[in-house]
Amino acid sequence: MAKILLEMKNITKTFPGVKALDNVNLQVEEGEIHALVGENGAGKSTLMNVLSGIYPYGTYEGDIVYDGEVCKFSKIKDSEEKGIVIIHQELALVPYMTIGENMFLGNERGHKYALNWNETYGRADELLRTVGLKESSRTLIKDIGVGKQQLVEIAKALAKNAKLLILDEPTASLNESDSKALLDLLLKFKKQGMTSIIISHKLNEISYVADKITVIRDGSTIETLDKKKDDISEDRIIKGMVGRDLTDRFPKRPEQKIGDVMMEIKDWTVYHPLYTERKVVDNVSMNVRKGEVVGISGLMGAGRTELAMSVFGRSYGTNISGTVKIKGKEVHMNTIKSAIENGLAYVTEDRKGNGLILSNPIKINTTLANLKAVSKHTVIDKDKEYAVAVEYKEKLKTKCPTVEQNVGNLSGGNQQKVLLAKWMFSNPDILILDEPTRGIDVGAKYEIYCIINQLVAEGKSVIMISSELPEVLGMCDRIYIMNEGRMVGELSGKEATQELIMSHILKSGKKEA
Amino acid sequence: MEKSKVYDVVKKYTMIIVLILVTAFFTWKTGGKILLPQNVSNLIAQNAYVFVLATGMLLCILTGGNIDLSVGSVVCFVGAIGATLMESKGVNVYVAILVMVAVGLLIGAWQGFWIAYMHIPPFITTLAGMLVFRGLSNVVLQGMTVSLKSETFIKIFGGGADCYIPDLFGSEGFNMTCMLVGVIACAIYVIIQLKNRIARAKKGYEMDSLSGMLVKTILICAVILVFMFRLAQYKGIPTALIWVMVVVLIYGYITSNTTVGRYFYAVGGNEKATKLSGINTENVYFLAYLNMGLLAALAGMLTIARMTSAQPTYGQNYEMDAIGSCFIGGASAYGGTGTVPGVIVGAVLMGVINLGMSIMGVDANWQKVVKGLVLLAAVIFDVVSKKGGRD
Repeated sequence: MAKILLEMKNITKTFPGVKALDNVNLQVEEGEIHALVGENGAGKSTLMNVLSGIYPYGTYEGDIVYDGEVCKFSKIKDSEEKGIVIIHQELALVPYMTIGENMFLGNERGHKYALNWNETYGRADELLRTVGLKESSRTLIKDIGVGKQQLVEIAKALAKNAKLLILDEPTASLNESDSKALLDLLLKFKKQGMTSIIISHKLNEISYVADKITVIRDGSTIETLDKKKDDISEDRIIKGMVGRDLTDRFPKRPEQKIGDVMMEIKDWTVYHPLYTERKVVDNVSMNVRKGEVVGISGLMGAGRTELAMSVFGRSYGTNISGTVKIKGKEVHMNTIKSAIENGLAYVTEDRKGNGLILSNPIKINTTLANLKAVSKHTVIDKDKEYAVAVEYKEKLKTKCPTVEQNVGNLSGGNQQKVLLAKWMFSNPDILILDEPTRGIDVGAKYEIYCIINQLVAEGKSVIMISSELPEVLGMCDRIYIMNEGRMVGELSGKEATQELIMSHILKSGKKEA
Repeated sequence: MEKSKVYDVVKKYTMIIVLILVTAFFTWKTGGKILLPQNVSNLIAQNAYVFVLATGMLLCILTGGNIDLSVGSVVCFVGAIGATLMESKGVNVYVAILVMVAVGLLIGAWQGFWIAYMHIPPFITTLAGMLVFRGLSNVVLQGMTVSLKSETFIKIFGGGADCYIPDLFGSEGFNMTCMLVGVIACAIYVIIQLKNRIARAKKGYEMDSLSGMLVKTILICAVILVFMFRLAQYKGIPTALIWVMVVVLIYGYITSNTTVGRYFYAVGGNEKATKLSGINTENVYFLAYLNMGLLAALAGMLTIARMTSAQPTYGQNYEMDAIGSCFIGGASAYGGTGTVPGVIVGAVLMGVINLGMSIMGVDANWQKVVKGLVLLAAVIFDVVSKKGGRD
């Protein structure tokens, strides 16, 4: 049996209010490719951040044993010195620097006060050849494509004398042929003795490269599958990823009469705002009825948020085409203001970045999208505003001392409630909830589900975008499945299962290959 | 529990406490001279431009710590145009005032356009404006001083030797009108407070504690009365104070009670969230700079009236006084927080430090050193106290 290079023992990591990792164990042998799979939010990235020292020693429980010794990394530099190099999902390259400069950033060649550019670019070119990239190391990063940038990241890792390479979703933004090249490169490194950990959603890729697969679910390790011993078919992996108890995590919804079509989106196509030739949403059609919860399921980067935001007053994307009908009438929502006036509300997935003003009190956040309702001739009635904030605080059971409290001081679940209150107060007919329960604990999730039930009981329509399959299954009357910008399936809430949704996604991915 | 309450009060009124301490310090050091009626009066008349500019600057800073470096030059340019029109071209005073306001708005619109709609960084845009309008001031004045003789203009904007509201009662040595205005102001304040309280009680909303409200009202009325008493002992209400009060009251109201005012805070607090709430954030930026132009024009009029002349060097470092007042008065360097009353406290604090040191005979260069350090200390306090709040 080969030597164990890395062992992570009983790793537990808690964030305020959430246990992100619970006694996770991971064993990686020298010279293997080890895949880490799990749903979004299962804790894969957190585990890798613990390993690389982004969460320093002392902020988690458990031991990291690497190359036979217990490691206590307090910063990334410490883990990199040992040869553990992580390549993050979002590329960390400086666009206006050359490939060479980027590769040796923080690891410069030559003397601190006299950089040796010949050595920098000489070594860089050498490493670029190793990863099979035919570019001069003097090219600017912004002038090469994403696929090549990913290779530069790998070359950069090699420049740090990586012994253990960690790749977080390396192929997420790559096309099929670039992905294949990257995976083959990993196999080539493996032959040379390199050890890798790869995190990926694309199970076909994992079956292709991985020797062992560790499945993480809800912050715990479920199982480790060995290519030599176990069945590692996609179905088998999916079963490990999603098999969990579903009882009582969702409130019962009284039998609901679903009404007429409230909103209908037809042939909706959206292009990326910067890379204007890239289609982000591709000819999507969908509808939602009165009193109905419709889910949009899919992996990260499937284009769901982009679809929602582009419909919501064109707040995302360029060159948008297609039609939207609300209550049978075609509407043109070119600004967010007009979208709100047409009865649409978009509750963002990024509550801190796009949703709330953290430095302002609850009451100001609650009324921001509908100040008109608490003001007369543009003068705000502060007493009324206060009363509205208190009303919603009580309605949604937001836990806070007063509504004068700054939103930044609330827990994630309560922040989410304030965000919901803000959009409920704008009195919409259709609410688009984008990952409404991301990063909040189970109790708060349950309360959010209750609010959703209450909304549809009042005759509103809810579109719920969620990456958590159990949530989609537990809450939705109908489920759309999106992948790579396209609608790839539609299931009724009754017939849908996790396996069915996953296989829709994976099959659609393969068709293109 | 009491302890934390005291801590909260201290935190909320830090700058007022600092102002009291600094005033006490200078009272001690100058042997009470700083509180003489004439000095209190001068504090207002000399610093009128700071109050006006700082109020405008607050709106810019609220949108995200954006500053306007050009205001000093705009003050000078507007003043130069006004003086030239009135003195060399013989234009009617009121027409000249309208032209000056229009020029201020035009400059504000020009800078606001680039900043809001073309997304040119405000620092760059207004740095350019600072150079452009300083240069144009020189061109308009041809590098010379134009002295202002229009009595009407000087009277309206409170300049020259007799820049006070005349006493209606004509009593000797004590300006009754001034005192009366003080009493009326207090009465209005009390009535508004009571009316709000009654309205709240009627609608069943929550109210502050009665004792808290009483203490606050008594303190504010006492400050107004003592202040007006001091002014009455000298020559009465400086005309410039009227302008300052008008600006402060209007903008205090806009920022705290209107939807537009709310947008300034929202944009500075989280621009993306504001945009996604259906608010046109670009218009908010534009409005901030348009308004800055308007107030710079007013400050320009106050300045040339006070000096009874226009010179190409007027308005130098005014932007620094205005920016400094905002930050000392508790506006955040990242935007989103700050109030008009806070900025007024900041401006008064700067004024007291200036005046106190001048009376003490501190060298002008050392005065700059002290002011610089006070500004730095205020911003450090802002940043550190916020960090503490977040952890």
